[in-house]
Amino acid sequence: MTTLTDQPLEEQIAQWRAYVRRRQALHGPDVEELEGHLRDQLAALTEAGLSGNEAFLVAVKRMGSLDALSREFARAHSERLWKQLVVATDADTSANTAYAEPFVVLGLAVAAALATKVPELFGHRLNPDEEVPLFYFRNASLFVLPLLTVYFAWKRGLDVVSGLWLALPFAAGAVFANVYPFRTGGDTEVLTVLHLPFALWLAVGFAYVRGRWFADGGRMNFVRFSGELVIYYVLIALGGGVLTAFTFMMFNAIDMNAAWFVGPWLLPCGAAAAVIVASWLVEAKQSVIENMAPVLTRLFTPLFTILLLVFLATMAWTGSPINVQREVLIGFDLLLVVVVGLVLYAASARDPQAPPDFFDSLQLLLVASALVVDGVALAAIAARISEFGFTPNRVAALGENLILLVNLAGSAWFYARFLRHQGSFAALERWQMAYLPVYCVWAAFVVVIFPPVFGYR
Amino acid sequence: MDMSKDLVAASATPLVLAILAEGDSYGYAIIKRVAELSGGHLQWTDGMLYPVLHRLERLGYVAAKWSAAESGRRRKYYRITKDGRAQLAAQRQQWKAVDGALRGIWMQACTV
Repeated sequence: MTTLTDQPLEEQIAQWRAYVRRRQALHGPDVEELEGHLRDQLAALTEAGLSGNEAFLVAVKRMGSLDALSREFARAHSERLWKQLVVATDADTSANTAYAEPFVVLGLAVAAALATKVPELFGHRLNPDEEVPLFYFRNASLFVLPLLTVYFAWKRGLDVVSGLWLALPFAAGAVFANVYPFRTGGDTEVLTVLHLPFALWLAVGFAYVRGRWFADGGRMNFVRFSGELVIYYVLIALGGGVLTAFTFMMFNAIDMNAAWFVGPWLLPCGAAAAVIVASWLVEAKQSVIENMAPVLTRLFTPLFTILLLVFLATMAWTGSPINVQREVLIGFDLLLVVVVGLVLYAASARDPQAPPDFFDSLQLLLVASALVVDGVALAAIAARISEFGFTPNRVAALGENLILLVNLAGSAWFYARFLRHQGSFAALERWQMAYLPVYCVWAAFVVVIFPPVFGYR
Repeated sequence: MDMSKDLVAASATPLVLAILAEGDSYGYAIIKRVAELSGGHLQWTDGMLYPVLHRLERLGYVAAKWSAAESGRRRKYYRITKDGRAQLAAQRQQWKAVDGALRGIWMQACTV
């Protein structure tokens, strides 16, 4: 029975390999592993007396349908799903939504644009010669985020009951943004402006993951989505800036002032509609720009590490203390935000099963040096905070600093364990994911509790 | 005997972990061991083992390493971790409870 020559069998295996490689959910090493299995199976079957062809047929059949297999692989490696456009939609519904989607997006974008004009009906006029009333900034997220939530609820096929639950946070946001008697231009009002979007972003996230916050790496996909959305939004905003400049220039050329149009119409409507459009672009064109956030991370992690180390070295060398100015605390908050962002997006782009490499050590160095720098800054601020007294801004900034500090300390710990092969990278990912709601809850806390506690000043 | 898909899927984790607890192994050998243990009743589609292994790896229950096999090709070997052993112990308790309950009622049915 040993008539089989290896040549045709090898060819068949090569064909099979090429066929399997075309599956996006299956990566190189997976194919190699499956091929190894196929070969073991073939060896056993030919030993049992089957001819090469028979053995190949049986072995491939036993491997199972490739469709089912790649679906299982995609579920086991949900980050790979990101690269396809099948984020938890079934085949039949996706065909349905694909057809209607541009119209839904257009409708929602127009609705968002018009939503910014609704307050004018109630006397909140936008005048090109005056400053924009803070009312608009307080409610900025309420013009757009509910519609964005509707978009995701529709796209993910969320049931009506969950949808109604999601309306609750927005209703609460609208109440807290508008019932408090803020002193005009007070600190607490500005804090509400800055924190409300973050509090409500969690609701958008729930719609994005189809109400299943803990399932299948949905949260990580939402983090990826948020990052890409920011990148897209900045790009669209740049384009909008160019459009605005041309509007002014061209109408000036015929001696007309376009300010009445740009200030009250173009800017607010465009800014609101752009969020919806950018979200849709991120959803639809993930593969085009999917590597933006990771590329930026790879680029800036070394640079920020160098900056922090040089800063620490300089401070140690000259012995000059941190000059505690008004903005220092906020500046260091932003530094921590950047570092947390770098860690988060490095994690989101990483294959959790790859062994530790040089970049992971660099990440740990970055996190550790950020912790030291922030520790020094906090010590300086704590030493003088009694002089300053507690203002809403300082308490908010201090709270944020502590939240980010705890996150980074945890990240450093998990990174160190991972680098010493004591823990998996998944543990770090889980830590980051479990931490996400903390930011939103703190933001909600600032919006709800701070104004009355600090007397609306 | 055709086993339900859900039952096969549910039993995959404890089976794989238990087999790895016997010693490090690789995909093909694990499949063979499963067939051997179940007397051929548990028929997995061969390919399906790998997503299960990868999921366990991601959860930190098993660790994987590529090393050279006898044939000279690379082969991915799996090893159970400390977390994996803890998980195996937990699953064992659960299956014991299920087994005990079913036994209880079926024995009763026999004696009645």
